[in-house]
Amino acid sequence: MATLDLINVQKSFGPTKILHDISISLADGEFLVLVGPSGCGKSTLMNIIAGLEEPSAGQLRLDGRDITPLPPADRNISMVFQSYALYPNMTVAKNIEFPLAMRKVEKSKRAERVSSVAKLLQIEHLLERKPRQLSGGQRQRVAIGRALAREPRLYLFDEPLSNLDAQLRLDMRTEIKKLHQRLGATIVYVTHDQIEAMTLATRIAVMKGGVLQQLGTPYEVYNRPANIFVAGFMGSPRMNLVNARLMQNSSGLALDIQTGERTPVRIDLPDMPSAMNAHIGTDVIAGIRAEAVNLARAGMVAGPTERVFDARVEVIEPTGADTLVVLDLGGNEFTVRLEPDVSLKPGQDARFFVDLAKLVCFDAKTERLIA
Amino acid sequence: MASSHGGLVVSRYALYAVLLFLALLFLMPIYVMVANSFKPLDEIRSGNLMSLPLVWTAEPWFEAWSTAQIGVQPTGLRPYFLNSFLLVVPAVAISTMIGALNGYILTQFRFRGANLLFAAMLFSVFIPFQIVLIPMAKTLGILGLAGTVKGLVFVNVVYGIGFTTLFFRNYYAAFPHELIRSARMDGADFFGVLVRILLPSSGPIIVVTVIWQFTNIWNEFLFGASFSDYSSFPITVALNNLVNSSTGVKEYNVHFAGAFIAAIPTLVVYLVSGKYFVRGLMAGSVKG
Repeated sequence: MATLDLINVQKSFGPTKILHDISISLADGEFLVLVGPSGCGKSTLMNIIAGLEEPSAGQLRLDGRDITPLPPADRNISMVFQSYALYPNMTVAKNIEFPLAMRKVEKSKRAERVSSVAKLLQIEHLLERKPRQLSGGQRQRVAIGRALAREPRLYLFDEPLSNLDAQLRLDMRTEIKKLHQRLGATIVYVTHDQIEAMTLATRIAVMKGGVLQQLGTPYEVYNRPANIFVAGFMGSPRMNLVNARLMQNSSGLALDIQTGERTPVRIDLPDMPSAMNAHIGTDVIAGIRAEAVNLARAGMVAGPTERVFDARVEVIEPTGADTLVVLDLGGNEFTVRLEPDVSLKPGQDARFFVDLAKLVCFDAKTERLIA
Repeated sequence: MASSHGGLVVSRYALYAVLLFLALLFLMPIYVMVANSFKPLDEIRSGNLMSLPLVWTAEPWFEAWSTAQIGVQPTGLRPYFLNSFLLVVPAVAISTMIGALNGYILTQFRFRGANLLFAAMLFSVFIPFQIVLIPMAKTLGILGLAGTVKGLVFVNVVYGIGFTTLFFRNYYAAFPHELIRSARMDGADFFGVLVRILLPSSGPIIVVTVIWQFTNIWNEFLFGASFSDYSSFPITVALNNLVNSSTGVKEYNVHFAGAFIAAIPTLVVYLVSGKYFVRGLMAGSVKG
């Protein structure tokens, strides 16, 4: 398929900056998800890639070729829209054929493409229907089919699943992932749903206020978020963030956590990145994922990176697959993910193990990851 | 409860009575026209305008259509009826097409000054006909179209663009933007988007525009009287000449028949597509 390079792309409307200096390079066959809250600039960035909006500065390269000045039709990029944007006056077959007809592809070749795309997406029985006679999921398939028909260099998906109901959304998510694996296509996908981003992406670009917060694999974004915003945005439940002071201990580094009334609780840290040493004596924010915590049982021995703590159970939320428990940790809420059949009650005090192997620390002032 | 329910029923009957009365009131002139157009002239002069004909005759209709003295020749309304069609069909078609094009450009290309331009076009809707008579006469003279049906087509197209642009602009403003974007990405050019995406979805607003333009241009009198001559009179001017001819006896039955003939095309248009007219006006006015 294709490589895509965004080089210092900027966009402003008058004095308002919508996009600040975005640079992203995509390798052939990558699935990039642009994710962020509404108004973060992700849709603007996608429209710039599509050619529907012009960047104020910067360059776009597709396969190394500068496409910045090209109109959308000449970029060889297909897009699937949030509303599917199926042409209401045309049948499904005509919709899929439309981009080919506009490119003056021969009639016989067009028919061949339409039938092979219809077969791939299992919409052969719908070809003669009009869009208004289709369900949401079927419309979605047709929209994808139309994007596939002309075999573009790059696919754009603009929140394609947000108009579907919950169950269908899961099914279509799997299908889009399958399609990506099968075609090896290069895809840019916009969503505000962080779970969609995690499941689909080979790389995620987290955006906020027109600034690229972090660009990385789902693993990196989830486990080593670049800053407090990414830590809070990605993952459900969100990462637990605890205010602490970084101290030097005889055996290594330690965190002093203020719990309000008593003297701070001290927790010894396992081996941490050497960059942490520059922050000794300063305030930091410690980030711990909910699944790093387990209920302590009789006879359990803490591993080398595990620590023990006591806390009061506030709320219990069973999800079926596991149980989310909100703890009161010195006046702060702290969410942990436990086994589905855990036997705790609200108000109960309990003892927990926390694994600090994946603990991350952020500078309390800049809110950036210390790494 | 019961008494208030009874009150509702009474007020409902009162409402129907008022509506029925008003309907009859509005239908009265049509009744007079039709009833008297089927009477011999003697019966009109001696009898009651409100009564049905004692002797039914279609003679006044034939006379109005083909033998009444209007111009130099006793041709009836027939040639002028044809003139009006030659005027209305191209004028409606051209002004509707230009309106669609303007609406497309004003909504899909947010160029600098688009709203100002639209406001200016809207303003043209409010210019009284009388103001443009002399400049228009000059223009037609320069173009060499004075006194021709082509000249009337030109005048009515120019005057209609404000309305047709307004209709299409409001309709297209509510058109899903993503469809246009999608068509552009799929490779449709400027006219490709209009012809393949917008126009096929414009049924209701095309009906509204055609009815509106058809009725206005068919019934238009001032431009017809000012810019045409004996060979190019539209039906409205011919009807006026028929009714106002100062020589001979006033043939009221022929006049009534002629007036009705002149009104038939617009009546047909309304009866056939009135339903779409209301629907289309609503569709265009929800978002603007």
